[in-house]
Amino acid sequence: MTGTRIRLTACGKRYADGTRALEPVDLEVASGETVVLLGPSGCGKTTTLRIIAGLLAPDAGGRVRFDDDDVTALPIERRNVGMVFQSYALFPDRSVARNVAYGLEVRRVPRVERDERVASLLRLMRIEHLAHRAIGTLSGGQRQRVALARALAPRPRVLLLDEPLAALDAKLRDTLRVEIDALLRSLGVTAVYVTHDQAEAMALGDRIVVMDAGRIAQVGTARDIYLRPANRFVAEFVGTANRLRGVVRDGTLAVAGGTIAVGGDDGDAEILFRPQDAEPVEPSAAQLRGRVVRAHFLGDRLRLIVEGIGDEPCVVETAGALAFAAGDEIGLRLHADRVLRALA
Amino acid sequence: MTRRALVAAWGGVTLVTCVFLIVPLLLSVLAGVSSDYAEGVRGGLTLRWLGEVWTAYRGEVVRSLVLAVTTLAVVVCSGVPLAYVLARTGGRLARGVEELVAFPIAVPGLALALALIELYGPFGTFRRSWLFIVAGHVLYTLPFMTRAVLAVLQSFDVGALDEAAASLGAGTLRRFAGVVLPNVRAGIVAGALMTFTLSVGEFNLTWLLHTPLTKTLPVGLADAYASLRLEVASAYTLMFFLMIVPVLIALQWFARWTERRGFAA
Repeated sequence: MTGTRIRLTACGKRYADGTRALEPVDLEVASGETVVLLGPSGCGKTTTLRIIAGLLAPDAGGRVRFDDDDVTALPIERRNVGMVFQSYALFPDRSVARNVAYGLEVRRVPRVERDERVASLLRLMRIEHLAHRAIGTLSGGQRQRVALARALAPRPRVLLLDEPLAALDAKLRDTLRVEIDALLRSLGVTAVYVTHDQAEAMALGDRIVVMDAGRIAQVGTARDIYLRPANRFVAEFVGTANRLRGVVRDGTLAVAGGTIAVGGDDGDAEILFRPQDAEPVEPSAAQLRGRVVRAHFLGDRLRLIVEGIGDEPCVVETAGALAFAAGDEIGLRLHADRVLRALA
Repeated sequence: MTRRALVAAWGGVTLVTCVFLIVPLLLSVLAGVSSDYAEGVRGGLTLRWLGEVWTAYRGEVVRSLVLAVTTLAVVVCSGVPLAYVLARTGGRLARGVEELVAFPIAVPGLALALALIELYGPFGTFRRSWLFIVAGHVLYTLPFMTRAVLAVLQSFDVGALDEAAASLGAGTLRRFAGVVLPNVRAGIVAGALMTFTLSVGEFNLTWLLHTPLTKTLPVGLADAYASLRLEVASAYTLMFFLMIVPVLIALQWFARWTERRGFAA
């Protein structure tokens, strides 16, 4: 399967009632790349996907290109895209094999070739044994495999996935996520994947596009957006971030629980740190002191809710072997190079 | 109340309702095959009245069937696409259109008939033909078809199925015929049952719309009750059942058959 490059230029969407679903955005997806659109509901990620698919037309001035073809004016049925929906959207009156065959029937692929292609896709998705089953008898995971096979059967230029795992339970979601990742990589198909789940985004995306209120907040690899978030929204949406506010004097931020060396200019400041970037230390020798109000043992780690550091309780995660209980005094040391300062 | 008492009470209510519905019909059927209604069953049974009705009203029977089939055809061809468009559009406009389509049910049949006569009266040929009655029946039965199909369309995400088919390269007509229609069969069959039975039994509208040359079965029934022996009128009712019941069974059978065929493939 050859990868098609997708380019959006100035694609915005405003509805008749004046609501702006999407500010004009530019986005490029390289050939064979998997890009994940990540954000909360209403952020514009599904609107963006539907504009790429051809289910929505961008407002005047917007352009959608597949390689060098301008497909802006083409309806979805002429764009040769594969789509996978959260609701599966399988045809309930057709068997599994005939669902997968649909796109080939539409394209008038000869019977023999069609049967071969369907068989190879069922094999690829490891659902050969379900070929003649009715859709109503399948589990959620099986349905999504059928949906993937159906979308891939006509060899689409791009594969578009709209929250494909959102309706599945956690364990199945993990299994299928790994499979989809392997599948996208082995096929080399250009894919755009929409999700609100940051773990899914980080596991699947070559690049992640974080969206907020109809705008692109940041584009980058999983590492970029986690370690160097462009703003507070990204930091808080991708993983947990604790927030401390205070005044910096001589490069030191003073908060309720103590002081933190942050460097930079003096004045009002805000810093963010991840739960695992605060290390519990002996309270007497610590820069920051607080009190544990709740301790959750999660097996591999211990999650502590700590009060008295800043205005709001902080979340701190540490090795599961450490013993802390509600009411304990705790000292914290922040890793200075992991503290994010002065985010908007 | 214990569970058993509850079941018994439930069964009792059902039984009473059935008796309430069926007894008048049974009495009527019995009257239609009794030699003399005054003597009841003891007077002996006969098919004579049924024969008389058939001889005298054959024309009405055939006309009613042709009317119902024509009405059904028009209603299926217009009501199903209408429901699809309404389901796909959604919003206030779609709801408005849905209410508008349902309006003829709320208006008394006589008023609807008068409106039709006022509008089409000047077109004499149309006014005198049986197609004029079809127009009335279509107006009256269309909402039953659109409602039935709309209910099925709203029970699953027809939008997503439609989009999935489109993403696989299918154009509008192909999607409607290949994806939407097979999945709304149940609604179409339910709507068709309503349309056909309503059309065959419709009296209010038809009584005003008909001419002496375009009498239907219910109009003839009114005549029979008014002017003939009670036994003949009852035999007339029996004729009704003989017409409707096979159609109902056939439609149900057709629904099951298409369902089986759909999954076997």
